[in-house]
Amino acid sequence: MREINVKLIENKIAELCIKANYHLGEDVRGCIKNMAAEENWPVARNVLAGIEENICIAEEGEFPLCQDTGMACVFLEIGQDVHLTGGLLEDAVNEGVRRGYEEGFLRKSIVSDPLRRVNTGDNTPAYIHSEIVSGDKVKITVAPKGFGSENMSRIKMLPPSAGEEGVKDFVVETVEAAGANPCPPIVVGVGIGGTFDKAALMAKKALLVPADVVNPDEYYADMEKELLDRINELGIGPQGFGGRTTALAVNIITAPTHIAGLPVAVNINCHVSRHIEAVI
Amino acid sequence: MEHRLREPFTKENVKDFKAGDSVLITGTIYTARDAAHKRLTELIENGENLPFALEDSIIYYVGPTPAKPGKPIGSAGPTTSYRMDAYAPKMLDLGQLAMIGKGQRSAEVKDAVVRNGAVYMAAIGGAAALIAGSIVSSEVIAFDDLGAEAVRKLYVEDFPVTVVIDSEGNDLYELGREKYLKSQAK
Repeated sequence: MREINVKLIENKIAELCIKANYHLGEDVRGCIKNMAAEENWPVARNVLAGIEENICIAEEGEFPLCQDTGMACVFLEIGQDVHLTGGLLEDAVNEGVRRGYEEGFLRKSIVSDPLRRVNTGDNTPAYIHSEIVSGDKVKITVAPKGFGSENMSRIKMLPPSAGEEGVKDFVVETVEAAGANPCPPIVVGVGIGGTFDKAALMAKKALLVPADVVNPDEYYADMEKELLDRINELGIGPQGFGGRTTALAVNIITAPTHIAGLPVAVNINCHVSRHIEAVI
Repeated sequence: MEHRLREPFTKENVKDFKAGDSVLITGTIYTARDAAHKRLTELIENGENLPFALEDSIIYYVGPTPAKPGKPIGSAGPTTSYRMDAYAPKMLDLGQLAMIGKGQRSAEVKDAVVRNGAVYMAAIGGAAALIAGSIVSSEVIAFDDLGAEAVRKLYVEDFPVTVVIDSEGNDLYELGREKYLKSQAK
Protein backbone atom coordinates (compact mmCIF):
# COMPACT_ATOMS: atom_id res chain seq x y z
CA MET A 1 0.00 0.00 0.00
CA ARG A 2 1.37 3.40 -1.03
CA GLU A 3 0.00 6.57 0.48
CA ILE A 4 -0.50 9.54 -1.83
CA ASN A 5 -1.73 12.86 -0.50
CA VAL A 6 -4.40 14.30 -2.79
CA LYS A 7 -2.61 17.65 -2.54
CA LEU A 8 0.00 16.18 -4.91
CA ILE A 9 -2.77 15.41 -7.38
CA GLU A 10 -4.21 18.92 -6.98
CA ASN A 11 -0.83 20.55 -7.66
CA LYS A 12 -0.19 18.37 -10.69
CA ILE A 13 -3.61 19.07 -12.18
CA ALA A 14 -3.14 22.84 -11.77
CA GLU A 15 0.18 22.56 -13.60
CA LEU A 16 -1.23 20.34 -16.37
CA CYS A 17 -4.22 22.65 -17.03
CA ILE A 18 -1.82 25.50 -17.74
CA LYS A 19 0.68 23.45 -19.74
CA ALA A 20 -2.02 21.87 -21.93
CA ASN A 21 -3.40 25.27 -22.88
CA TYR A 22 -0.10 26.87 -23.87
CA HIS A 23 1.90 23.98 -25.32
CA LEU A 24 0.42 21.80 -28.02
CA GLY A 25 1.56 18.16 -27.89
CA GLU A 26 4.26 16.96 -30.26
CA ASP A 27 1.81 14.40 -31.71
CA VAL A 28 -0.58 17.01 -33.10
CA ARG A 29 2.22 19.40 -34.07
CA GLY A 30 3.86 16.61 -36.07
CA CYS A 31 0.60 15.79 -37.87
CA ILE A 32 0.03 19.46 -38.76
CA LYS A 33 3.58 19.80 -40.05
CA ASN A 34 3.41 16.64 -42.15
CA MET A 35 0.04 17.42 -43.62
CA ALA A 36 0.97 21.04 -44.34
CA ALA A 37 3.90 19.74 -46.35
CA GLU A 38 1.53 17.59 -48.44
CA GLU A 39 -1.21 20.19 -48.84
CA ASN A 40 -1.22 21.53 -52.41
CA TRP A 41 -4.11 24.01 -52.15
CA PRO A 42 -2.82 27.58 -51.61
CA VAL A 43 -5.71 28.79 -49.40
CA ALA A 44 -5.29 25.72 -47.21
CA ARG A 45 -1.53 26.20 -46.99
CA ASN A 46 -2.07 29.78 -45.79
CA VAL A 47 -4.46 28.70 -43.05
CA LEU A 48 -2.11 25.94 -41.89
CA ALA A 49 0.77 28.43 -41.77
CA GLY A 50 -1.39 30.64 -39.52
CA ILE A 51 -2.14 27.69 -37.28
CA GLU A 52 1.56 26.82 -36.98
CA GLU A 53 2.39 30.43 -36.18
CA ASN A 54 -0.30 30.42 -33.50
CA ILE A 55 1.29 27.38 -31.86
CA CYS A 56 4.64 29.20 -31.69
CA ILE A 57 3.10 32.35 -30.18
CA ALA A 58 1.25 30.34 -27.52
CA GLU A 59 4.47 28.55 -26.67
CA GLU A 60 5.89 31.84 -25.36
CA GLY A 61 3.41 31.64 -22.50
CA GLU A 62 1.53 34.93 -22.86
CA PHE A 63 -1.51 33.77 -24.83
CA PRO A 64 -3.24 30.38 -24.65
CA LEU A 65 -3.52 28.41 -27.92
CA CYS A 66 -7.26 29.02 -28.12
CA GLN A 67 -9.61 31.36 -26.27
CA ASP A 68 -11.80 28.33 -25.57
CA THR A 69 -9.60 26.84 -22.90
CA GLY A 70 -12.22 24.20 -22.55
CA MET A 71 -14.06 22.14 -20.04
CA ALA A 72 -11.35 20.48 -17.96
CA CYS A 73 -11.73 16.76 -18.67
CA VAL A 74 -9.66 14.87 -16.11
CA PHE A 75 -9.00 11.15 -16.40
CA LEU A 76 -7.53 9.30 -13.45
CA GLU A 77 -6.14 5.79 -13.44
CA ILE A 78 -5.68 4.90 -9.80
CA GLY A 79 -3.59 1.89 -8.86
CA GLN A 80 -5.46 -0.38 -6.45
CA ASP A 81 -2.46 -0.39 -4.12
CA VAL A 82 -2.78 3.35 -3.59
CA HIS A 83 -4.30 4.83 -0.44
CA LEU A 84 -5.36 8.44 -1.04
CA THR A 85 -5.00 10.71 1.98
CA GLY A 86 -5.46 14.36 2.87
CA GLY A 87 -9.04 14.88 1.70
CA LEU A 88 -11.50 13.97 -1.02
CA LEU A 89 -10.12 13.20 -4.45
CA GLU A 90 -12.93 15.03 -6.23
CA ASP A 91 -12.29 18.18 -4.20
CA ALA A 92 -8.58 18.00 -4.96
CA VAL A 93 -9.21 17.67 -8.70
CA ASN A 94 -11.58 20.64 -8.71
CA GLU A 95 -9.19 22.71 -6.63
CA GLY A 96 -6.41 21.90 -9.11
CA VAL A 97 -8.61 23.00 -12.01
CA ARG A 98 -9.70 26.16 -10.16
CA ARG A 99 -6.08 27.12 -9.46
CA GLY A 100 -4.82 26.19 -12.91
CA TYR A 101 -7.47 28.25 -14.68
CA GLU A 102 -6.89 31.22 -12.38
CA GLU A 103 -3.09 31.16 -12.30
CA GLY A 104 -2.86 30.44 -16.03
CA PHE A 105 -5.22 33.27 -17.09
CA LEU A 106 -7.48 30.70 -18.72
CA ARG A 107 -11.10 31.31 -19.62
CA LYS A 108 -13.85 30.26 -17.23
CA SER A 109 -16.36 28.54 -19.47
CA ILE A 110 -18.56 26.46 -17.17
CA VAL A 111 -22.19 27.22 -16.29
CA SER A 112 -23.61 25.55 -13.18
CA ASP A 113 -26.84 24.44 -14.81
CA PRO A 114 -27.43 23.60 -18.48
CA LEU A 115 -30.66 25.61 -18.71
CA ARG A 116 -30.32 28.33 -16.09
CA ARG A 117 -26.78 29.03 -17.25
CA VAL A 118 -24.89 30.94 -14.58
CA ASN A 119 -21.11 30.90 -14.97
CA THR A 120 -19.41 29.27 -11.98
CA GLY A 121 -16.54 31.75 -12.38
CA ASP A 122 -13.69 29.29 -11.85
CA ASN A 123 -14.15 26.68 -14.59
CA THR A 124 -15.24 24.02 -12.11
CA PRO A 125 -16.59 21.49 -11.78
CA ALA A 126 -14.25 19.45 -13.93
CA TYR A 127 -15.44 16.42 -15.86
CA ILE A 128 -13.81 13.61 -13.88
CA HIS A 129 -13.49 10.02 -15.00
CA SER A 130 -11.64 7.66 -12.73
CA GLU A 131 -10.90 3.98 -12.91
CA ILE A 132 -9.09 1.51 -10.71
CA VAL A 133 -6.13 -0.22 -12.31
CA SER A 134 -3.29 -2.41 -11.06
CA GLY A 135 -0.21 -0.98 -9.36
CA ASP A 136 0.60 1.76 -6.85
CA LYS A 137 0.60 4.85 -9.03
CA VAL A 138 -1.89 7.46 -10.14
CA LYS A 139 -1.93 8.45 -13.81
CA ILE A 140 -3.51 11.79 -14.53
CA THR A 141 -4.59 12.94 -17.99
CA VAL A 142 -5.89 16.47 -18.43
CA ALA A 143 -7.70 17.22 -21.68
CA PRO A 144 -9.22 20.70 -21.89
CA LYS A 145 -12.09 20.23 -24.36
CA GLY A 146 -13.40 23.05 -26.52
CA PHE A 147 -17.08 23.01 -27.33
CA GLY A 148 -17.04 24.26 -30.90
CA SER A 149 -15.92 20.77 -31.80
CA GLU A 150 -17.74 19.02 -28.94
CA ASN A 151 -21.03 20.36 -30.37
CA MET A 152 -20.34 18.62 -33.68
CA SER A 153 -19.98 15.17 -32.07
CA ARG A 154 -22.64 12.49 -32.54
CA ILE A 155 -23.68 9.06 -31.38
CA LYS A 156 -25.82 6.43 -33.09
CA MET A 157 -27.10 3.01 -32.11
CA LEU A 158 -26.65 1.13 -35.39
CA PRO A 159 -28.15 -2.31 -36.01
CA PRO A 160 -25.46 -5.02 -36.24
CA SER A 161 -26.42 -5.49 -39.92
CA ALA A 162 -24.99 -2.01 -40.65
CA GLY A 163 -21.55 -3.56 -40.06
CA GLU A 164 -18.24 -1.97 -40.88
CA GLU A 165 -19.65 0.06 -43.78
CA GLY A 166 -22.39 1.50 -41.59
CA VAL A 167 -19.86 2.58 -38.97
CA LYS A 168 -17.52 4.15 -41.52
CA ASP A 169 -20.35 5.99 -43.29
CA PHE A 170 -21.58 7.40 -39.97
CA VAL A 171 -18.12 8.72 -39.11
CA VAL A 172 -17.64 10.37 -42.51
CA GLU A 173 -21.20 11.79 -42.52
CA THR A 174 -20.60 13.29 -39.07
CA VAL A 175 -17.44 15.03 -40.23
CA GLU A 176 -19.12 16.25 -43.42
CA ALA A 177 -22.10 17.65 -41.51
CA ALA A 178 -19.72 19.41 -39.11
CA GLY A 179 -18.05 21.17 -42.04
CA ALA A 180 -16.29 24.38 -41.02
CA ASN A 181 -17.82 24.53 -37.52
CA PRO A 182 -15.33 22.50 -35.44
CA CYS A 183 -12.24 24.42 -36.71
CA PRO A 184 -10.76 21.90 -39.12
CA PRO A 185 -8.26 20.32 -39.43
CA ILE A 186 -9.81 18.13 -36.77
CA VAL A 187 -8.90 15.04 -34.80
CA VAL A 188 -11.60 12.37 -34.80
CA GLY A 189 -12.17 10.02 -31.86
CA VAL A 190 -14.37 7.01 -32.57
CA GLY A 191 -15.87 4.64 -30.02
CA ILE A 192 -17.43 1.43 -31.32
CA GLY A 193 -19.30 -1.12 -29.22
CA GLY A 194 -20.05 -1.27 -25.49
CA THR A 195 -23.25 0.48 -24.42
CA PHE A 196 -24.73 3.86 -25.33
CA ASP A 197 -22.64 5.71 -22.72
CA LYS A 198 -19.56 3.52 -23.08
CA ALA A 199 -19.35 4.29 -26.81
CA ALA A 200 -19.28 8.02 -26.06
CA LEU A 201 -16.63 7.60 -23.37
CA MET A 202 -14.46 5.53 -25.73
CA ALA A 203 -14.79 8.20 -28.41
CA LYS A 204 -13.56 10.80 -25.92
CA LYS A 205 -10.73 8.52 -24.76
CA ALA A 206 -9.75 8.00 -28.40
CA LEU A 207 -8.92 11.73 -28.44
CA LEU A 208 -6.40 11.10 -25.66
CA VAL A 209 -4.48 8.63 -27.81
CA PRO A 210 -1.52 10.42 -29.39
CA ALA A 211 -2.62 11.49 -32.87
CA ASP A 212 0.41 9.83 -34.47
CA VAL A 213 -0.14 6.42 -32.85
CA VAL A 214 -1.47 3.66 -35.10
CA ASN A 215 -4.07 1.24 -33.72
CA PRO A 216 -2.37 -1.93 -32.39
CA ASP A 217 -5.15 -4.02 -34.00
CA GLU A 218 -4.37 -4.21 -37.72
CA TYR A 219 -8.04 -4.43 -38.66
CA TYR A 220 -8.76 -1.12 -36.92
CA ALA A 221 -5.46 0.41 -38.06
CA ASP A 222 -6.65 -0.13 -41.65
CA MET A 223 -10.03 1.35 -40.79
CA GLU A 224 -8.41 4.43 -39.25
CA LYS A 225 -6.36 4.93 -42.39
CA GLU A 226 -9.33 4.42 -44.70
CA LEU A 227 -11.44 6.86 -42.66
CA LEU A 228 -8.70 9.48 -42.67
CA ASP A 229 -8.38 9.15 -46.46
CA ARG A 230 -12.14 9.36 -47.00
CA ILE A 231 -12.42 12.41 -44.73
CA ASN A 232 -9.56 14.12 -46.50
CA GLU A 233 -11.26 13.55 -49.85
CA LEU A 234 -14.29 15.57 -48.73
CA GLY A 235 -12.56 18.84 -49.72
CA ILE A 236 -13.64 20.76 -46.60
CA GLY A 237 -10.04 21.72 -45.82
CA PRO A 238 -8.56 23.88 -43.06
CA GLN A 239 -11.27 26.17 -41.62
CA GLY A 240 -13.67 24.87 -44.28
CA PHE A 241 -12.15 27.13 -46.95
CA GLY A 242 -11.40 24.11 -49.17
CA GLY A 243 -8.41 21.79 -49.34
CA ARG A 244 -7.22 18.31 -48.45
CA THR A 245 -6.37 18.75 -44.78
CA THR A 246 -9.76 18.27 -43.12
CA ALA A 247 -8.59 15.79 -40.47
CA LEU A 248 -5.19 15.19 -38.89
CA ALA A 249 -5.95 11.79 -37.40
CA VAL A 250 -8.67 9.23 -36.71
CA ASN A 251 -8.36 7.08 -33.60
CA ILE A 252 -10.67 4.17 -32.79
CA ILE A 253 -11.34 2.44 -29.47
CA THR A 254 -13.64 -0.56 -29.27
CA ALA A 255 -15.32 -2.72 -26.63
CA PRO A 256 -17.38 -5.91 -26.56
CA THR A 257 -21.07 -5.24 -27.11
CA HIS A 258 -24.50 -6.93 -27.07
CA ILE A 259 -25.73 -9.35 -29.79
CA ALA A 260 -28.41 -6.79 -30.68
CA GLY A 261 -26.27 -3.71 -30.85
CA LEU A 262 -23.61 -1.73 -32.69
CA PRO A 263 -23.19 1.59 -30.87
CA VAL A 264 -20.90 4.11 -32.54
CA ALA A 265 -19.87 7.50 -31.20
CA VAL A 266 -17.82 10.20 -32.91
CA ASN A 267 -16.13 12.81 -30.73
CA ILE A 268 -14.59 15.63 -32.72
CA ASN A 269 -11.69 17.78 -31.58
CA CYS A 270 -10.28 20.84 -33.31
CA HIS A 271 -6.62 21.16 -34.34
CA VAL A 272 -5.92 22.42 -30.82
CA SER A 273 -6.27 18.82 -29.63
CA ARG A 274 -5.01 19.15 -26.06
CA HIS A 275 -4.13 16.24 -23.81
CA ILE A 276 -1.32 15.92 -21.34
CA GLU A 277 -0.35 13.22 -18.87
CA ALA A 278 1.59 12.77 -15.67
CA VAL A 279 2.18 9.84 -13.35
CA ILE A 280 2.48 10.20 -9.59
CA MET B 1 -8.41 39.89 -53.53
CA GLU B 2 -7.25 41.86 -50.50
CA HIS B 3 -9.06 44.76 -48.90
CA ARG B 4 -8.44 47.18 -46.07
CA LEU B 5 -11.49 48.12 -44.07
CA ARG B 6 -11.08 51.29 -42.00
CA GLU B 7 -13.36 53.53 -39.98
CA PRO B 8 -15.87 54.91 -40.59
CA PHE B 9 -17.32 51.54 -41.58
CA THR B 10 -20.17 51.80 -44.08
CA LYS B 11 -22.13 49.47 -46.33
CA GLU B 12 -20.47 51.20 -49.25
CA ASN B 13 -17.08 49.93 -47.95
CA VAL B 14 -18.11 46.28 -48.03
CA LYS B 15 -20.29 46.08 -51.11
CA ASP B 16 -17.43 44.90 -53.31
CA PHE B 17 -16.20 42.25 -50.89
CA LYS B 18 -16.45 38.79 -52.44
CA ALA B 19 -16.51 35.42 -50.70
CA GLY B 20 -12.88 34.30 -50.36
CA ASP B 21 -11.40 37.82 -50.23
CA SER B 22 -8.95 38.69 -47.44
CA VAL B 23 -9.73 41.75 -45.33
CA LEU B 24 -7.62 43.65 -42.79
CA ILE B 25 -9.81 45.62 -40.41
CA THR B 26 -8.64 48.69 -38.52
CA GLY B 27 -10.99 50.44 -36.12
CA THR B 28 -13.52 49.86 -33.36
CA ILE B 29 -15.45 46.60 -33.25
CA TYR B 30 -17.63 45.04 -30.53
CA THR B 31 -17.65 41.57 -29.04
CA ALA B 32 -20.79 39.57 -28.31
CA ARG B 33 -21.50 35.86 -28.17
CA ASP B 34 -24.38 33.68 -26.98
CA ALA B 35 -25.43 35.26 -23.68
CA ALA B 36 -24.76 38.83 -24.85
CA HIS B 37 -26.84 38.29 -27.99
CA LYS B 38 -29.71 37.07 -25.87
CA ARG B 39 -29.53 40.22 -23.75
CA LEU B 40 -29.06 42.58 -26.71
CA THR B 41 -32.15 41.06 -28.32
CA GLU B 42 -34.14 41.51 -25.11
CA LEU B 43 -33.09 45.17 -24.98
CA ILE B 44 -34.22 45.61 -28.58
CA GLU B 45 -37.57 43.93 -27.86
CA ASN B 46 -38.13 46.18 -24.85
CA GLY B 47 -37.25 49.27 -26.86
CA GLU B 48 -34.26 50.06 -24.64
CA ASN B 49 -30.89 51.50 -25.66
CA LEU B 50 -28.08 49.16 -26.65
CA PRO B 51 -24.59 49.54 -25.17
CA PHE B 52 -23.31 50.52 -28.63
CA ALA B 53 -24.88 51.79 -31.85
CA LEU B 54 -25.88 48.86 -34.01
CA GLU B 55 -25.89 50.94 -37.20
CA ASP B 56 -22.81 50.06 -39.28
CA SER B 57 -21.29 48.12 -36.40
CA ILE B 58 -18.99 45.13 -36.69
CA ILE B 59 -19.67 42.41 -34.12
CA TYR B 60 -17.02 39.82 -33.34
CA TYR B 61 -18.28 36.54 -31.87
CA VAL B 62 -15.63 35.94 -29.22
CA GLY B 63 -15.17 35.24 -25.53
CA PRO B 64 -11.51 36.05 -24.82
CA THR B 65 -9.30 34.63 -22.10
CA PRO B 66 -8.35 37.04 -19.27
CA ALA B 67 -5.62 39.55 -20.15
CA LYS B 68 -2.22 38.94 -18.61
CA PRO B 69 -0.66 41.98 -16.91
CA GLY B 70 0.45 44.54 -19.48
CA LYS B 71 -1.63 43.01 -22.30
CA PRO B 72 -4.85 44.55 -23.64
CA ILE B 73 -6.58 41.16 -23.93
CA GLY B 74 -5.95 37.45 -23.72
CA SER B 75 -6.38 34.97 -26.57
CA ALA B 76 -9.29 35.98 -28.73
CA GLY B 77 -10.24 33.71 -31.61
CA PRO B 78 -13.74 33.37 -33.08
CA THR B 79 -16.45 31.17 -31.64
CA THR B 80 -18.84 29.11 -33.82
CA SER B 81 -21.34 31.47 -35.42
CA TYR B 82 -24.45 29.32 -35.93
CA ARG B 83 -25.36 29.76 -32.27
CA MET B 84 -26.03 33.43 -33.08
CA ASP B 85 -28.24 32.56 -36.08
CA ALA B 86 -31.39 32.98 -34.01
CA TYR B 87 -30.47 36.62 -33.27
CA ALA B 88 -28.46 37.78 -36.29
CA PRO B 89 -31.18 38.49 -38.90
CA LYS B 90 -32.97 40.95 -36.63
CA MET B 91 -29.71 42.74 -35.80
CA LEU B 92 -28.73 42.93 -39.46
CA ASP B 93 -32.14 44.37 -40.27
CA LEU B 94 -31.45 47.06 -37.66
CA GLY B 95 -28.29 48.11 -39.46
CA GLN B 96 -25.44 45.90 -38.20
CA LEU B 97 -22.78 45.93 -40.89
CA ALA B 98 -20.71 42.83 -40.31
CA MET B 99 -20.33 39.65 -38.29
CA ILE B 100 -17.02 37.97 -37.57
CA GLY B 101 -17.01 34.36 -36.43
CA LYS B 102 -16.43 30.94 -37.96
CA GLY B 103 -18.58 28.21 -39.42
CA GLN B 104 -21.74 27.83 -41.46
CA ARG B 105 -24.77 30.14 -41.19
CA SER B 106 -28.47 29.46 -41.71
CA ALA B 107 -30.42 30.38 -44.84
CA GLU B 108 -32.16 33.10 -42.77
CA VAL B 109 -28.83 34.74 -41.92
CA LYS B 110 -27.69 34.53 -45.53
CA ASP B 111 -30.92 36.17 -46.70
CA ALA B 112 -30.47 38.92 -44.12
CA VAL B 113 -26.90 39.56 -45.31
CA VAL B 114 -28.09 39.95 -48.90
CA ARG B 115 -31.18 41.97 -47.98
CA ASN B 116 -29.08 44.45 -46.01
CA GLY B 117 -25.88 44.58 -48.03
CA ALA B 118 -24.00 43.27 -44.98
CA VAL B 119 -21.12 40.81 -44.78
CA TYR B 120 -20.13 37.71 -42.78
CA MET B 121 -16.41 37.19 -42.29
CA ALA B 122 -14.35 34.49 -40.58
CA ALA B 123 -11.22 34.67 -38.48
CA ILE B 124 -9.07 31.54 -38.13
CA GLY B 125 -10.70 29.39 -35.46
CA GLY B 126 -8.17 28.18 -32.94
CA ALA B 127 -5.56 30.76 -33.91
CA ALA B 128 -6.50 32.84 -30.89
CA ALA B 129 -2.99 33.77 -29.75
CA LEU B 130 -2.11 34.97 -33.24
CA ILE B 131 -5.33 37.01 -33.55
CA ALA B 132 -4.77 38.66 -30.14
CA GLY B 133 -1.75 40.39 -31.68
CA SER B 134 -3.98 42.65 -33.78
CA ILE B 135 -6.13 43.82 -30.85
CA VAL B 136 -4.77 47.11 -29.52
CA SER B 137 -7.25 47.82 -26.73
CA SER B 138 -10.20 46.24 -25.00
CA GLU B 139 -12.80 47.62 -22.64
CA VAL B 140 -15.88 45.94 -21.16
CA ILE B 141 -18.85 48.20 -21.92
CA ALA B 142 -21.79 46.00 -20.88
CA PHE B 143 -22.87 42.83 -19.08
CA ASP B 144 -19.73 42.58 -16.96
CA ASP B 145 -21.41 39.81 -14.95
CA LEU B 146 -21.13 37.54 -17.99
CA GLY B 147 -17.34 37.33 -17.63
CA ALA B 148 -15.86 36.12 -20.92
CA GLU B 149 -19.26 36.72 -22.53
CA ALA B 150 -19.42 40.44 -21.64
CA VAL B 151 -19.68 43.00 -24.44
CA ARG B 152 -16.29 44.53 -25.16
CA LYS B 153 -15.28 47.48 -27.27
CA LEU B 154 -12.10 46.55 -29.12
CA TYR B 155 -9.76 48.68 -31.16
CA VAL B 156 -8.14 46.48 -33.77
CA GLU B 157 -5.35 47.12 -36.22
CA ASP B 158 -4.99 45.07 -39.40
CA PHE B 159 -7.24 42.42 -37.92
CA PRO B 160 -7.17 39.56 -40.48
CA VAL B 161 -10.41 37.98 -41.69
CA THR B 162 -11.74 36.19 -44.77
CA VAL B 163 -15.07 37.02 -46.42
CA VAL B 164 -17.38 34.00 -46.13
CA ILE B 165 -20.83 35.32 -47.12
CA ASP B 166 -20.86 38.38 -49.35
CA SER B 167 -23.69 40.78 -50.16
CA GLU B 168 -24.68 38.65 -53.15
CA GLY B 169 -25.11 35.57 -50.97
CA ASN B 170 -22.02 33.70 -52.17
CA ASP B 171 -20.73 31.33 -49.48
CA LEU B 172 -17.04 30.50 -49.26
CA TYR B 173 -17.74 27.23 -47.42
CA GLU B 174 -19.57 25.99 -50.54
CA LEU B 175 -17.45 27.70 -53.19
CA GLY B 176 -14.05 26.91 -51.66
CA ARG B 177 -14.83 23.24 -51.33
CA GLU B 178 -16.28 23.02 -54.86
CA LYS B 179 -13.29 24.78 -56.36
CA TYR B 180 -10.82 22.53 -54.55
CA LEU B 181 -12.65 19.33 -55.52
CA LYS B 182 -12.90 20.46 -59.14
CA SER B 183 -9.13 21.13 -59.22
CA GLN B 184 -8.42 17.64 -57.93
CA ALA B 185 -10.74 15.97 -60.44
CA LYS B 186 -8.71 17.26 -63.38
